[in-house]
This record gives sequence, C-alpha cells and structure tokens, in this order.
Amino acid sequence: MTTLQIIFLIIAAITLVSACLVVMTRKIMHAALWLVLSLMGVAMVYATLQSGFYAVVQILVYIGAISTLIIFAVMMTRNVMEDVGPQSNRGWGLAMVGSLILFAGFSTVLLTWDKVQTNLLEIPAINGENIQMLGLALVDPMGFLIPFEVASVLLLAALVAAIFLTSDIKRSRS
Amino acid sequence: MTFWSDPDGFLGNWLIHLLAGIGIPAGVAQAIGYALGAAILATGALLFVLFLIWLERKMIGRVQDRLGPNRLGPWGIFQSVADMLKIFTKEYITPTGADKVPYNLAPILTVAAVLMVWAVVPLAVTVYGVDLNVGLLFIIAVGSLGEMGILMAGWGSNNKYALLGAFRAAAQLLSYEVPMVLSLLIPVMLTGSLSMNKIVMQQDIWYVLYAPLAAFIFLITSIAEVGRAPFDLTEAESELVAGFNIEYSGLKFGMFFVADFLHSFTISLLVAVIFLGGWRGPGAETYPLLGFVYLVIKTSLVNSLIIIERASLPRFRIDQMMDFTWKVLTPVILILVALTALLEKTMVMVGLGAWLRTGIMFIVNIALLFIADTVVRGHLARRPRPDVRGKERPVARPENFFSQPGSGA
Repeated sequence: MTTLQIIFLIIAAITLVSACLVVMTRKIMHAALWLVLSLMGVAMVYATLQSGFYAVVQILVYIGAISTLIIFAVMMTRNVMEDVGPQSNRGWGLAMVGSLILFAGFSTVLLTWDKVQTNLLEIPAINGENIQMLGLALVDPMGFLIPFEVASVLLLAALVAAIFLTSDIKRSRS
Repeated sequence: MTFWSDPDGFLGNWLIHLLAGIGIPAGVAQAIGYALGAAILATGALLFVLFLIWLERKMIGRVQDRLGPNRLGPWGIFQSVADMLKIFTKEYITPTGADKVPYNLAPILTVAAVLMVWAVVPLAVTVYGVDLNVGLLFIIAVGSLGEMGILMAGWGSNNKYALLGAFRAAAQLLSYEVPMVLSLLIPVMLTGSLSMNKIVMQQDIWYVLYAPLAAFIFLITSIAEVGRAPFDLTEAESELVAGFNIEYSGLKFGMFFVADFLHSFTISLLVAVIFLGGWRGPGAETYPLLGFVYLVIKTSLVNSLIIIERASLPRFRIDQMMDFTWKVLTPVILILVALTALLEKTMVMVGLGAWLRTGIMFIVNIALLFIADTVVRGHLARRPRPDVRGKERPVARPENFFSQPGSGA
C-alpha cells in the first residue's frame, strides 16, 4: 500500500464519517459544520489527484459561499433548533433493505462491466492540470459553450428573482 | 550554487546532505525540509506580529499626539513581548452554554487561514513556499476559511454581542469579496495566469501604474476583509462591546489579536506582490536577499498607509458600508474590468508599446475614478439625508420603568 493510498483512505474516512454525521447529529448548527468538513474532504481528494484548481474552487464555492450562507441562515433562526424526537421512523428497516439492494445492484453492474478497472492510473506528470484547456472548452461551440451559457442564464434568473423578492414593492408603488 | 544566488535551494541541499550523513534517505529529508520551512515561515510571521503591534501602537500614538508605548526597552519596543508573556498566564474562561468544539476551534482556524496565504507568496526570486498555478484563487479560498472561523466564534460563544458581530462579519466579508475578486481580475488578465510567481515575473512595469484604480479598490476591499477601521463593524466597541471575540480570554483572545495584525500585514504583502512588483527591483534577480529587502520595504509602506488610515477615518455605519460596496465599488470595478479588457486588446492589436499602453490606462483609470466620484457626490447631494434616529428614550432616570428595582428588567 503506497503512502498516497493511505492518505486517500484517511481522507475518505473523514469525508464519509462527517457526511453521515450531517444527517445524524441533532443540532442543525453542528450539521452545517460537519457539512463543511465533508466538503473539505472532497477538496482534499481533488488535491491528492493533483487537481489544485478543482480543490481550490471546491473550497471557494462550497465552503466560502454555500456553507457560509447555510450557517448564516441557521444563525438567523430563533433558537438552537435542537431536535428531540426519535431520529428514525417505523420504515427504517425497509429503507435499509432497499438501499442495500440498490448498493448491491450498482456494485454488481459496475464490477461486471469490463471498462471498470481497479488498478491505479498514472497521473500525467505536468505541473497541475491545464486550466487554459478548461477555459477554452467553456467558450468553444464544439465544447461546453451551450451548457455554460444556459447555466449563466439560469443564475441570472435566480439573481433577478432574489432581488425581486427582497425589494419592497409597496414602497416603490407609492 | 551559493547562498547569495539561491538561498532556498542552498539551504535545502545543505539540509539533505546533513540528514544523509546520519542515514536518512533523500525523500524523507526533502519532506523534513518542507516541514521545517513551513514551521520557520509560520513562526517567523507570528513573531513578526510582536513588532507590528508595537509599530501600530506607536504610529497611532503619534497621530493622536501621544507617545505610545515608551517604558520597556528603547522606544518601548519590548512592550509587546511583555504583553505576550502576560497573556500566556491568563485564565481560559469558557462561558456557560458555549458550543465547546466550534468555540475552541475558531481561534486556531482564524490564525491558520492567515498563515496559509503565506504559502503561495513569492518572497524573493527563488524563495517561495509553493508555486501553485491557481495561487490567487487559493488566497481567496483561504480567506473564506477565516470567515468560517469568525462565524464559529460568534456562534460558539453563546453571547448575543458575539452573534451580532458574526452576523456583521458574514455580511461584510461576503459583500466585499465581490469587488475584491473583480479587482484581481485585471492583474490576472494582464498576466494570463493565476500563479503569484508569474504575476511578479510579468511586472516589468508595476501594475499599480497600469491599473491604479484596481489597486486602490483591492486595498479598500482587503481592509474590509480584515475588518479594520473604518470597516471594523464586527468588533465595534461602542455598539457590540467587543464583537465576535467578546467571550475569549487568555491565549485564545491572543490568537484573534495576532490574526488581526498578521492579516493586515498579509494584505499589505499581497498589495505589494500583486500591484507593486513584489520582490522586483535593481539587482534582485542575482541576489534574492536584496529582492526580499525590496519586498519588505514595499510591504511596510503599504502597511503604514493602512495604519495611518486606521487612525484617521471614523467607522462606517452598517448601511453606509453595504451601500459603498454594492452601489459604488462593484459597478466601478465592473466598468473598469470591461474597459481594461477592450482597450488592452485594441492597443495590442494597434501595436502600441508597453509604456504607452500603461500611460493611456493610467489616464483612463484616473478619469474613471473622478467620474465615479462626481456621480456619487451628485447623487448624495440630491438625496435627502435619511433620519436614522430611533424614538426618544429617557436615559437612567429614576421614574424610568426599566431602572426601578423589582421591575424584572
């Protein structure tokens, strides 16, 4: 087992455990903080794959923006929002059986597919990934220009809607 | 290879040879070298804060017609050392109902987020932590970790003032990040890379001459990100007692204090590296230590500017602060980014020289600054000044309901 594999296992354990704790912890604030750790774990996986750009963007977008907004919204709520009731309902057995069957099914399909391989691929030895290629692909009509622009339009619509919701309509009419 | 031409490589080789002498393989020695370098850089930066605190107190003292610290050592220079030793001996007080883990993690995260910036900053021609090809993005991302630290401190303390401070911090940091990132787009456009090393290498002409307005906006937004005066709403003494760090005592408070001063020095360093040419100067490429001296001089100049600005400007009100970023800084920097992109492309196609392009862009920047200033002034003059007073309340009078004993308040 190489050093990289050990590091990967540690990071994977951190990510998965904190991801489970996001839904299992009782305080919603703690859930938000565990989510931050889980997203950080994903960023570390990117970093071990020598993909600095994705690691940094993961931290910037998911931790810097989205988690901060979640925590901000949680802090706005009136009390700690501590859940006291039972954390599962009567259907948990069925849900467990269903998810296990689904997991087994996916695993069988993936393992019997001959394109899947378990041996590690060599990471190309260029210094990090080529960001310029990514940038060109985003503005290339043969590449991802249309999805990129559609996503921009979607975000713009969300932005306009948010501004509309927050503006005081009564005052602007009078 | 000698110490004077490549100090980093020289010391690295020396360490590897030294460790090879006692039977440690080169790979492990390399790792030890990296760890040692990181430790030295971080410790050096933290110890340097002692000097920065003294400098700031002294300079603000002079601005306010006082002497500042003047008892311990020459010019009171050892005052911060005594303060540091005192803070080690203080008791840790954890408030009742505090959320223990976030409460204790917050100071560490705040300091670590500042120190992580130093990893990608080139200190001299061959001396840098790591040359990330996404260095600038890394700096912005790490800044958001510090934001997380402040939120955790505000939440974990179980205190209304701390929570209010954290609210303000979240609103302020998120808002000022927008013009800051946009102002960084201009050096990135001119360099064609996000790497800090390449940005320094490209600055045959300092970017502050090419884009003075972008440099100015970056400086303002950085000060807001640090939360210093006039943007210190997160710890406004007159409103929030001490803001998000109100419940911290001893070394935990010391961590926030150190992070504050170190952060202000770090943004000076970033301004110097991104807009003032970093370590570049005559003879800096052959003698890296000379480049380091240049960088320290430039950084100190920017830092002095920040200190004097702190001493001279009053604090913003919260609505003024939000108006300033969303209604002034963001539109101006958006126009500037579009103008720079268009003009730079056109001027390169026409075939103008580098100095001529810089001159034209300098004039365009200054003109944009004056136009923005005129528009904002005109708008403020036309708009009636809003009345922000609350209703009149009696202050500590005996017939006041709230001050009577047994009234329950």
